Amino acid sequence: MSGEANKQDVGTPIEPASNVLPKILIFSIALTLLFTGVANLLPQVEGEAPVDKEINLGTLTPESFATLGESLFMGKGTCTLCHKPAPLGRAPDIQGENMVGLAESALADERYKGDAKTPEEYIRESMVHPSKFVVKDWGVAGSNDTTSPMPKVDAAPIELSTVEMDAIIAYLQNKDGNDITVELPTEAPAPVEEVASSGGSGGTPAPAETAEEAVTKYGCQACHSMLGTKSPVGPSLEDVSARLNIEQINQSILDPAAVISEGFTDMMPKDFAEKMTIKELTMIVDLLSGKASVAEDKKEAAQ
Amino acid sequence: MNLKTLFKTILVSLLLIWGVSLISVSSNSLASNALAAGTSDTVESRIQPEGKVHLEGDPEPSTTEEKSAVEEEAEPPIGAPKLKRKDYPKVGASSRGIVWIAAQMHLFFAAFVLAVPMFVLVIEWVGMRTGDERYDNMAHEFMKITMTAYSITALLGGFLTFALFLLYPQLMNYMMMVFDMQVLVYAGLFFAESALLYMYYYSWDALRYGNKKWGHLTIGLGLNVAGTTLLVIANAWATFMMAPSGVDVTGAVTGDIWEIMKGPLWNPVNLHRFIANIAFGGAIVGAYAGFKFLSARTVEQRALYDWMGYTANFIAILAFLPLPFAGYWLMAEIYAYSQQMGITAMGGILAWLFIVQAVLIGTILLAGNYYLWSGMSRCEGSKRYTWMIKYIALILVACFLVWVTPHTLILSAQEIKQLGGSHHHLLGPLGIMPAKNIAVNLMLIVTFLSFQLYRRADKVATVSYANFLNALMVAIYVVAIVNVVFAGVYYGYFTNTVYKVGSSVMQVASTLVVIVAGIVIDTLLFKNAKTIPAVWGKVSNRSQYALFALPIAFTWLMALMGYVRSSVRTHWHVYTVMKDNSPDNFVPSIGYAGNMMTIVTIMFLGMVLFIFWIASLSETKQSKPVAIKKDTEKQPEAQEAGA
Repeated sequence: MSGEANKQDVGTPIEPASNVLPKILIFSIALTLLFTGVANLLPQVEGEAPVDKEINLGTLTPESFATLGESLFMGKGTCTLCHKPAPLGRAPDIQGENMVGLAESALADERYKGDAKTPEEYIRESMVHPSKFVVKDWGVAGSNDTTSPMPKVDAAPIELSTVEMDAIIAYLQNKDGNDITVELPTEAPAPVEEVASSGGSGGTPAPAETAEEAVTKYGCQACHSMLGTKSPVGPSLEDVSARLNIEQINQSILDPAAVISEGFTDMMPKDFAEKMTIKELTMIVDLLSGKASVAEDKKEAAQ
Repeated sequence: MNLKTLFKTILVSLLLIWGVSLISVSSNSLASNALAAGTSDTVESRIQPEGKVHLEGDPEPSTTEEKSAVEEEAEPPIGAPKLKRKDYPKVGASSRGIVWIAAQMHLFFAAFVLAVPMFVLVIEWVGMRTGDERYDNMAHEFMKITMTAYSITALLGGFLTFALFLLYPQLMNYMMMVFDMQVLVYAGLFFAESALLYMYYYSWDALRYGNKKWGHLTIGLGLNVAGTTLLVIANAWATFMMAPSGVDVTGAVTGDIWEIMKGPLWNPVNLHRFIANIAFGGAIVGAYAGFKFLSARTVEQRALYDWMGYTANFIAILAFLPLPFAGYWLMAEIYAYSQQMGITAMGGILAWLFIVQAVLIGTILLAGNYYLWSGMSRCEGSKRYTWMIKYIALILVACFLVWVTPHTLILSAQEIKQLGGSHHHLLGPLGIMPAKNIAVNLMLIVTFLSFQLYRRADKVATVSYANFLNALMVAIYVVAIVNVVFAGVYYGYFTNTVYKVGSSVMQVASTLVVIVAGIVIDTLLFKNAKTIPAVWGKVSNRSQYALFALPIAFTWLMALMGYVRSSVRTHWHVYTVMKDNSPDNFVPSIGYAGNMMTIVTIMFLGMVLFIFWIASLSETKQSKPVAIKKDTEKQPEAQEAGA
């Protein structure tokens, strides 16, 4: 649009708008706060960097290994970013479908030119060399299903270790009731998810300083639901203080076969009496019996 | 001082420097000659200490330094450092927070001072071609605002560099090792840009007419070349951190600087930032015009700043329209580089931020459209088109609502039970990308329609084929809208996810066809057209607030998208090469990020208002205090009278 000021009015003084600057400021801040409000209304989730975790061979069972694999599948492995149910997925829905079945059909496919002979080997090969075999229609566009968009999980940025990959294979086998064929790690493995801050020098692990550290050190959460994590392998310990007294909790740790909870089998390691320090045992028992939180509350109240 | 005198001074200075250099070279050769002649009585020999001592005829003994130098050659190249938490300096506040604010403030101002000279050069050229001095004056006034902003940019850049080296020294060491001499090129270009900027602004009136104007435009071109090169160099640092190239898996440098710079995301980010900067710069100067319009004291001032505001808004919206397409390209390249990174942005932890993005872009489009509709009051001819406004508004609002519909609803356990899942059977499908692609493309198409109606308001076509062209235009709109909806629905909901991105290309093409066809058809249609008078300044004060809404939303949007771009690296300083083990290596919650964005936006807007005030101050002149002189003369009489 072209034009100019009304010639008849040229030179006529006009009253400027009142309080221009304050009005602009109020308008600007109000609009900015509206955007902030929207951001604060949405779900508030933080994306944590991988957290250090050590697995204890003494407590490891195939089932707890598979449970660990599930948490790696959902977390550090970032597998669920792409492996989702249709139509949202960008890769086969290996969580919803029987992975072992999928692996067997892939091995039987005439296009398969990889080196795997068993489902376990196939799953491992898919993780380390994703382009060895690409499931039909899931290849990079234009590659005629010869190149997979999947990153190598043992390389950056995912960087899964051999133990972590085995745990995921155990999970993928176990979730549909298939036999877990991967071997459990037998010697001191590298820490699951790398240890960024630990100054440990191998050998005997340092005694835990807190109850939470002790729980992590002995891998209680691999089988028991506690401290906010879930595991169906052993009985939940979230409400254990309502079921057992301090002596019973002590006994369950030092002599776990003495009483077996209904619906569960005798799977708990028997060597905690040799491994735990007295301080560690006391801290764990206090935590489970609720004594630790009571003491904490008293401490806060005193302050 | 006129230009000839300036050139003469420079020439004489250069001659002097050359003369001094000649004398220095001669004295060096004299000293060498003296040494060769066996005389040691020279300045050089007196100040030179003894070096290695060995017997005449024996080979020189090698030192441990030399040995280690030989050993070093055999060592593998240095990779990126692997940092522990204790390696990060602690300053008692969040290091990330400090760098976040410093970087964002610097980027806001840098974007502004790089963008304004780009469109100022075009406006100046238009002014020269049309002979309309208003363009020249407006371009000069835009540059006046840029001058203050430039100083603030440099100050903030210095602060950011200081903060980075203080808080992330190892990361900066590594980046320096990778980019090496390129950093000095950047510094050199910064000096060149400063010199050209000052020359461009201060020579405006000296080089205003005739052939001298071409000289001025050339300086402006040089300024933009320096500025754009600075932009692409700085972009290379950011994109290297996202998708490193020219280094091996350990981060050791394997390629030359060109290989390091031309990573897979470099050009998409270059294009995206280039366009976004223009839109951002246009929006800021639009707000300046709005501010001046509301403060105007005469009809001419009001008309001038109304026109200036319209032009700035035109620049902002015109640059904004292709921005989503540059965004598509960037996102597609991110997916091609790492599907994992792409999904982290669009479907993972950062996905919710795109709901905020929808609110921001919706605000920009609504404000831009509202400003155009308000502007129609300038011309009586617009009454022919005002009936369409309500339908455009309806489409805008409906599409806006689709765009902000989240895929996963925020529900309690009870609500999930009642709903039968976390996705509503009707709203769920509206939450995924195909629906949003339809919405955003339709919003862009109707925004262009608003713009086209506005441009047509003061014209009446006189060409014989007017009806045909109008029918063709309507047909193009209809086909484009049908195509956008069909591509979104069919490929988005009835085929594999992999094809969704492909369908968006079809939609984008439809929108672009409308824009290009609209411009071509209107150019042909309004050849020798009759014009209906339009009066500048005849718009409501309320419409000017749309000119403030635009820069606020743009600023917040820049902060948001910059945050997303940076956060897709998750816990990596340099993705896949150098891990972030600092206490801030997690992706913060949206609320925290939103609060940070608000802090930087308010700080930036506060500074911008300060710049506007400074620019207005330069026009204010205090009148000579004549009255005071008279008073002092009268004072003795008054004293006498009092006595």
